[in-house]
Amino acid sequence: MQHRSHIYGVVAEFETAEELIVAAEKTRMAGYRRFEAYSPFPIEGLAEAIGLKRNAVPLITLIGGLCGGFGGFGLQYWVAVIAYPQNIGGRPLNSWPAFIPVTFEMTVLGAALCAVFGMLALNGLPRPHHPLFNVNRFSRHATSDRFYLCIEARDPRFHLSDSARFLQELKATHVFEVEDD
Amino acid sequence: MSTSGPPFDSAEVREPVIEPGHTYASVTDKISSIVLTRPTSLGWVAGFTLAFGLVMVLTIAVAWLIIKGVGIWGINIPVGWGFAIVNFVWWIGIGHAGTLISAILFLLNQQWRTSINRFAEAMTLFAVACAGLFPLIHTGRPWMAYYMFPYPSTMGLWPQFRSPLIWDVFAVSTYGTVSLLFWGVGLIPDLATLRDRAITKPKQIIFGMLSMGWRGSARHWHRYQSAYLLLAGLATPLVLSVHTVVSFDFAIAIVPGWHTTIFPPYFVAGAIYSGFAMVLTIAIPLRKAYDLEDFITMRHLENMAKVMLATGLIVAYGYYYEYFMSVYSGNKFDLYLTQMRFHGPYSHFYYALILCNILTPQLLWIRRIRTNVAALFVMSLVINLGMWLERFVIVVISLTRDFMPSAWGRFSATVWDYATFAGTLGLFTMLLFLFVRVLPAISIAEMRELVHETSEEDE
Repeated sequence: MQHRSHIYGVVAEFETAEELIVAAEKTRMAGYRRFEAYSPFPIEGLAEAIGLKRNAVPLITLIGGLCGGFGGFGLQYWVAVIAYPQNIGGRPLNSWPAFIPVTFEMTVLGAALCAVFGMLALNGLPRPHHPLFNVNRFSRHATSDRFYLCIEARDPRFHLSDSARFLQELKATHVFEVEDD
Repeated sequence: MSTSGPPFDSAEVREPVIEPGHTYASVTDKISSIVLTRPTSLGWVAGFTLAFGLVMVLTIAVAWLIIKGVGIWGINIPVGWGFAIVNFVWWIGIGHAGTLISAILFLLNQQWRTSINRFAEAMTLFAVACAGLFPLIHTGRPWMAYYMFPYPSTMGLWPQFRSPLIWDVFAVSTYGTVSLLFWGVGLIPDLATLRDRAITKPKQIIFGMLSMGWRGSARHWHRYQSAYLLLAGLATPLVLSVHTVVSFDFAIAIVPGWHTTIFPPYFVAGAIYSGFAMVLTIAIPLRKAYDLEDFITMRHLENMAKVMLATGLIVAYGYYYEYFMSVYSGNKFDLYLTQMRFHGPYSHFYYALILCNILTPQLLWIRRIRTNVAALFVMSLVINLGMWLERFVIVVISLTRDFMPSAWGRFSATVWDYATFAGTLGLFTMLLFLFVRVLPAISIAEMRELVHETSEEDE
């Protein structure tokens, strides 16, 4: 293994989204696993090209929604039946139809909070700095108009000059070495 | 006002959602330049100053209210709700179009939503902020507002969860939170763009912190898209539920004119109607002031006009149905209320409402009107006014004419009522002015996606 601690990886720049998808597929076929594509907008087909399958956000959202819903109904039940029962003309204490609106709102609230914060947590954000920001062109263009593919040094097949040459052959317009810090 | 693009007389030519010739870099430059490089224009300063002046009026009105109590308003028994609730319902309705555009049109895969969803969502947030203020100060003791939330108090008291007013607390606060999340998630990639394009250090640091280190990685986008889609799916039933709950504030009560099952759907349609009108009121000056005609095209304006026409007809049906039910039911209190709408002391409000909300919008059937920017702007103002009148008619006429003649009364607003309302208009406008100056008013990442998609279609 050619792991060198002060190198994060090599990054290649592409002109178009289509070239990035092709490059990602070829990189995967070449046996690389620790690589990542970067684009200024979500690209259809890129996730498949780098071999991503499902993610955990929907499950987290479901759990959040269920917690919110059961928590919301539970709270109302507890308040209306146990903590503060009010006998109004002998009507049932557990008047569940009247509890539906709040239960619904709490379901949505729980699900939405979990969707957003779950997504951020899985993505490891906030993370103010990243080694790729050391590459000047990446900082200037990755969130604007260029597409990047980075093979990371922790990939067992990573070799600084070989991997760089490999990327160059994929029609990359630039290839940079990314320093770790 | 000038329009660009192909001529309108050929019906086959479909107006584009983005003018041709744009690249990733050009949309990025154009939208981020409004925030980063453009000098503050005189018009912006003038508009902001005016709006800020109104915010001062609001501050004074609210301060006086807190000192003296709600008696400074025109409210009294029998009309305890008055302007505060009229304005609350009006503002929250306006907010709904933002969610509709960002969530429902997203789920329906409507490309044209892309360039208007960001500021429509901002509009939602600011409208909800204005809306939330009214019930809060209407309580008379806003510093006790936390009583409405369930918390273990030493008095052992709990909120009454069977009351629509408590449902309202949960619905509106959930709506505000989810709208903020939706807007914030949409902003992350754009904040990263601004961070990378900012030249000055303070801007780099502020946008850097707000963007949370976003770098557009494919894994991140993958989860981001899941979260965004789920939020859209959650916001869609939410927006319908919020105005349904708002209508329950009325419909659950037995007051004549309120106690009807048509209220939830007709309130939701009315909310979308007034919201789209407000989006147009904002979009038309915005695209002019910042040369965004390439991104907010005639197609957008025309589509919004069509949505207004459709929802306006649903609202018209609601008015008709109210009238029909009062006659058909034979209930004398309902019948009398309907008479009061046509012939009572507030009938001029009712006729103005019919004029603004039903008759004038019929002009939107005409394509020439739908594609005339000035006419649309005027129309949007008329509909905004009409929807305010609708809520006035619902709140005031019913409350002044309920079951017993001894309980009848009159309502007239005081200068503080008007000052508070004008103040929230100022707050809303001021927040919008700040928003277009410090954040991208159009989603840059989604515009790039649109450039990508339209260039694929061309090939």
